[in-house]
Amino acid sequence: MLMYIFRRLTSALPTLFVVVTLSFFLIRLAPGGPFDLEQPLEAKVMENLNRIYKLDRPLIEQYWLYLSHLATGDFGPSFYARDFTVAELLARGLPVSITIGGLALLLALAIGIVLGTIAAFRQNQPADYSVMVFATFGITIPTFVVAPVLQIVFGLMLAWLPVGGWNNGHIRNLILPVIALALPQVAVVARMIRASMIEALRSNHIRTLRSQGLPRSTIAIHALRGAMLPVVSYMGPAAAALLTGSVVIETIFGLPGVGRYFVEGALNRDYTLVMGTVVMVAVFVLVFNLIVDILYALLDPRVRYDT
Amino acid sequence: MSDVLAQPVPVGRSLWADARIRLFRNKAAVTSLFFLIFMGVISIAGPWFSPHQYERVYTEYVRVPASLTAYPKPEQIAPAVERIAARVRAQIETQQVIGGSVRVTLVSPRAIDERNLAFFGRSDLFQGANVVERADEGRKLVIDAPIRWRTFLFGTDGNGRDLFTRTLIAGRVSLAIGLLATGVALLIGVAYGATAGYLGGRIDTVMMRIVDILYALPFIFFVIMLVVFFGRNFILMFLAVGAIEWLDMARIVRGQTLSIKRQEYVQAAEALGVTSNGILRRHIIPNTLGPVVVYMTLLVPKVILLESFLSFLGLGVQEPMTSWGVLISDGARNIQNAEWLLFFPALFLVTTLFALNFLGDGLRDALDPKDR
Repeated sequence: MLMYIFRRLTSALPTLFVVVTLSFFLIRLAPGGPFDLEQPLEAKVMENLNRIYKLDRPLIEQYWLYLSHLATGDFGPSFYARDFTVAELLARGLPVSITIGGLALLLALAIGIVLGTIAAFRQNQPADYSVMVFATFGITIPTFVVAPVLQIVFGLMLAWLPVGGWNNGHIRNLILPVIALALPQVAVVARMIRASMIEALRSNHIRTLRSQGLPRSTIAIHALRGAMLPVVSYMGPAAAALLTGSVVIETIFGLPGVGRYFVEGALNRDYTLVMGTVVMVAVFVLVFNLIVDILYALLDPRVRYDT
Repeated sequence: MSDVLAQPVPVGRSLWADARIRLFRNKAAVTSLFFLIFMGVISIAGPWFSPHQYERVYTEYVRVPASLTAYPKPEQIAPAVERIAARVRAQIETQQVIGGSVRVTLVSPRAIDERNLAFFGRSDLFQGANVVERADEGRKLVIDAPIRWRTFLFGTDGNGRDLFTRTLIAGRVSLAIGLLATGVALLIGVAYGATAGYLGGRIDTVMMRIVDILYALPFIFFVIMLVVFFGRNFILMFLAVGAIEWLDMARIVRGQTLSIKRQEYVQAAEALGVTSNGILRRHIIPNTLGPVVVYMTLLVPKVILLESFLSFLGLGVQEPMTSWGVLISDGARNIQNAEWLLFFPALFLVTTLFALNFLGDGLRDALDPKDR
């Protein structure tokens, strides 16, 4: 198993390298530069800025410089937020995004699994239909509709919770963004669990348990082990996306996470910030894909990674 | 030999005929299908029959609520007449609504310039003004201004444009974007996946490795780069979005192909010397279409949501053109004082996505060979 993890980690490095290379040249191909303002800077000023940030060197040399800095963990300075390095920006934003995304992830798994299991046990009964209608709503209503509605209802009309802000991660500030972020995921998980659970309940080993008259909760736990597989493989990329921040949620609730950096970085041609976020997301995706494969082996005894 | 040929050929039901029958038995799926057709028809044809143009601005009807009865409301008429009277430089002595028009008596210390009565015609509320009676050498006019009735079924937006027409126009854009991007994803994904799966071996490994790398690239990054490159040309952009969304499609098709290529009929075709290209087109691709069709009905809502996400970021379709995403993000900003701006476009979007989802589920059940 350890060998397998080690091998996977080393094979992830080339992927990361390709991702970095692709995005480095893609963002450079985009028209415009980081110092383009509404009123153009004087040519001399522009020249100096480009020299300080080494943007006047040939592209290949810049690429090499970036790679060698990246290898030592240096993401470089941000062009747009002038006083900060990209590493500082990410270090400040990531805890916020991970808190919100992690809680949403746990909430989505907990509620989604419960709802999906209930629906599967009561297939084609009212409980099943209401779960499915709820799930379809969850998938179809965009987050940027749900979030303002939550703000209006719970923040302004009922005045139970703050409308937005981070407030050092106070629990009251977390509730609304976490719910808004988790809702579509709850829906997806519930649908997947329902589908795979119905299949699992028809399998021989579960039929045996049923014939022995075991309580439903015990049957559910046994069936879940197999039924979790599709959810686990879906949750890999989804978890990476949740933990690296949602630009919609962060914008609507005014949270200082990393989700916005992407959009801001790309639109302002903040090359280093964009590259930093790309690397961050790619690392999350690769790590979570690895976790998924390990979980697969734990859940499904037919899958083995001995070699 | 002739005996065998003389026997009646048993009429088999093809996979598709079978699936169609099963689909039409599913009430939710059929209802969804008809709903989607209805949505498509009203989005395409509706704006031609609407009395309003989607970009027409009614300055006197900014953000009026949705209403089944026609505007102007009785309480709007008096202030409008007062505004016009001020521009005509006259005082109102009396005014009353008789039937479909307003009878106003205007007085002024000086003779009233009747050319200024054109202000009535320019207003959104009246069709014009006719002088019924002149008195005091033109210092007192009795005029009759027929009211111009307009219906704003869904109300108007912050610029005074009819939301009903805009929602229909937006439906055209959103549905077109959804179908366009899905079509592109379908073409690339099916061709790529089938090729990788059929050729197998090292080519397959390399091709799927490329897919893995593209997966690791953050999707939003790609989309924003596309916006940066193509500007706001949304047709080009959604061709490009389709060119990204093919990854899942390629994986599904490859998986299908791997199992199909071991079937006897494929081996038979190979034995007969059919080219790889021919086998792919004649045998492999038609047989992978079941899951592909299901995935397609789920990809269309995904792309429509993606478009609305871009609109939320302000990177979507540009004014005065609009899409459901643009309308919804505009509505979300005005949710406190003009909830209909969010309600109607969201209703259209959500019901459409709902129907697409139910249709997708129905198709999956209809095409699933396990349930047969």
